[in-house]
Amino acid sequence: MAAERLLEVDELQVSFVTEDGVVKAVDGVSFTLDRGEVVAIVGESGSGKSVTAMTLMGLTRGPNARFAGSAKLKGEELVTASEDKLQKVRGEEIAMIFQDPISSLSPVHRIGDQIVEQIRTHEKISKAAALDRTVQLMERVGIPRAAERARAYPHEFSGGMRQRAMIAMALSLSPSVLIADEPTTALDVTIQAQILEEMRQLSRESDSGVIFVTHDLGVVADIADRIVVMYSGRVVEQGTLNEIFYDPQHPYTWGLLGSVTRMDREPPHRLPAIPGQPPSLVNAPTGCHFRPRCPHAFDKCGEVPPLESHVNDDPSHLDRCWLDVDDKRKRREVEDGRIGLGTGSVAA
Amino acid sequence: MSTDTTAAEAQPPTTAKAPLLEAEHVKLYFPIKQGVLIDRTVGHVHAVDDVSLSLNEGETMGVVGESGCGKSTLARCFVRLLEPTDGALRYRGKDITHLNRRALDPMRREVQLVFQDPVSSLNPRKRVGQIIGTPLRLHGMEGRKVEERVRDLLGRVGLNPEHINRFPHEFSGGQRQRIGIARALAVDPQLIVLDEPVSALDVSIQAQVVNLLDDLQDDLGLSYVFIAHDLSVVRHVSDQIAVMYLGKLMELSPARELYTKPMHPYTEALLEAIPIPDPEENSRRERNVLSGEPPNPINPPSGCRFHTRCPHATEVCRAVEPPLAEYAGGHVTACHHPLNVSAEEIKAATRSPLSPISSGDEMPSANGASSAPAARSGETEPTTPAREADDGGQRV
Repeated sequence: MAAERLLEVDELQVSFVTEDGVVKAVDGVSFTLDRGEVVAIVGESGSGKSVTAMTLMGLTRGPNARFAGSAKLKGEELVTASEDKLQKVRGEEIAMIFQDPISSLSPVHRIGDQIVEQIRTHEKISKAAALDRTVQLMERVGIPRAAERARAYPHEFSGGMRQRAMIAMALSLSPSVLIADEPTTALDVTIQAQILEEMRQLSRESDSGVIFVTHDLGVVADIADRIVVMYSGRVVEQGTLNEIFYDPQHPYTWGLLGSVTRMDREPPHRLPAIPGQPPSLVNAPTGCHFRPRCPHAFDKCGEVPPLESHVNDDPSHLDRCWLDVDDKRKRREVEDGRIGLGTGSVAA
Repeated sequence: MSTDTTAAEAQPPTTAKAPLLEAEHVKLYFPIKQGVLIDRTVGHVHAVDDVSLSLNEGETMGVVGESGCGKSTLARCFVRLLEPTDGALRYRGKDITHLNRRALDPMRREVQLVFQDPVSSLNPRKRVGQIIGTPLRLHGMEGRKVEERVRDLLGRVGLNPEHINRFPHEFSGGQRQRIGIARALAVDPQLIVLDEPVSALDVSIQAQVVNLLDDLQDDLGLSYVFIAHDLSVVRHVSDQIAVMYLGKLMELSPARELYTKPMHPYTEALLEAIPIPDPEENSRRERNVLSGEPPNPINPPSGCRFHTRCPHATEVCRAVEPPLAEYAGGHVTACHHPLNVSAEEIKAATRSPLSPISSGDEMPSANGASSAPAARSGETEPTTPAREADDGGQRV
């Protein structure tokens, strides 16, 4: 069954001209998002995951920004869309939840009024009707005594409640795409669990597509259907949840999976770490960007590997690595054995 | 409460080896002032409320809790950046609770602090050499020796000694944290208090820094107090872990046992809240999402501070503050209905001397823990309480 294709991002490139040179923040990112699906974009700081998400809403436009490639929403181009067109898209078609709710909400307006304003900018309805809807939305995302709390200011809300208010605002116009940029990173673990539960439920009910940007693979395992792994501006691997977790193809993905602490296992004597640091985006290494940190790099890695399917010609599982698949599985087993993880069994 | 003043000389008989750092019923209340001309104190934030801990030489104490539980305030008490409102702090048996700046000088050299945010804790106008050299100069080192030592330290924490003349902004987050660690190491400390040292770093870099701390401890025989907001990273470094909630100590346990046998419902909730990076395992395990948010520390709840969010809370939890009960193996927890323990274990439990002075005498009763003490998961009944505690997470 083919669900409706909402987003199609193809070879998207975003660079910023700075005093130090051209920063290639996003360097060829392609992925798709269908209705009812949760796609997670995973990467560390500087991998370009947030820039990718913000570009979809036209939030990275500026005099020094350069774009190439395409990002289509239901067949319509977003990268070159006019500002008027984008204004309509924002909120109605694509809504965004940011990492830091305190700086994304106006401190001098009541929470309810901020949501009402968003609704009334896009729809011709009365204030009272908009407020009714606001209260319903706030109840839906788990804010108790919503009618009363709609009159509160952001500083009167706790971090978790503020993030709920942001989610209510994002849902207010029933967008078809919801972008969540590290929505739980600033929250305590018990509150993170609450918000994730909430988002899981909402994505099931609302039938929209969700792009979940995060650096935390634990959270990903909790919520995503498909995963896009980014490193230094490029997609290094993408696939379904099981493909990425049980048969990862790129050595960077191995490293990422290895460095997450697992509460359900005996801890390894030493934490597995990826040596070195992410490269500078101004002077990225030639060829594969992960080459300087990769223990498996060889001559061929001086050329940029294409994002291709290597496993059973499965079109959903793509990676950017020159190594042979069987060779990789062997190497990965050795690596896992060395760092004391269980053997990464290949998904049946 | 004032009995501690004369107790400075008395060594506690609990351990044969004298602990390096001891906190005894430490309280720190921040006053809330109000008024235009005259500041009236209208209330107190109970940041740390009667916490007792002790750290042995060469060991690591992990302190875990969510925002507002008082873990950072406690860390600042340990290095005496803050003066406790009540209770006693001892370093190598010497009372340091109310010492003045000058008297603290020798201890300052031995106890260092590493901050969470490597950006704001390094002066952007100073070169790395100056940043790490300052504590050396303050403690009397001069001239070329300082530079030699700084180069040595940079190499020690895995940075290039040639970078001695660079500014902090020329380094990445992980490297900046290494600079912070090098600065703390400069004066040959015995104890380093690490306040969320890796929370601001990427996962792959976190592992590098944790491994570095591990190596330094082995090589230099350091003791650490490692503050963290969740239970994942502390596991790798700690010998003992203390779990705090709203200013109180909830559980104190040898590190390994805390993960296999959490006794306090809050500890269990913290463990369950961490997602497992394995889709199958993750969907298999039963998770009880803790509802509500931590209450206000200005007016903490009566009885057990956790009772407003606890799925196991009963009448006694609302009325009586539970004492810290000590179980076999030095596992201490403040709960009327501890998890994962058998009736025999409960009977054998004794009231720990770490218990808060205000706590009741009521020890956990064996019939309170009726549920089977076997596996962690699925033990708690799947209650889905109202999403919010009564105060709705409101903050003042």
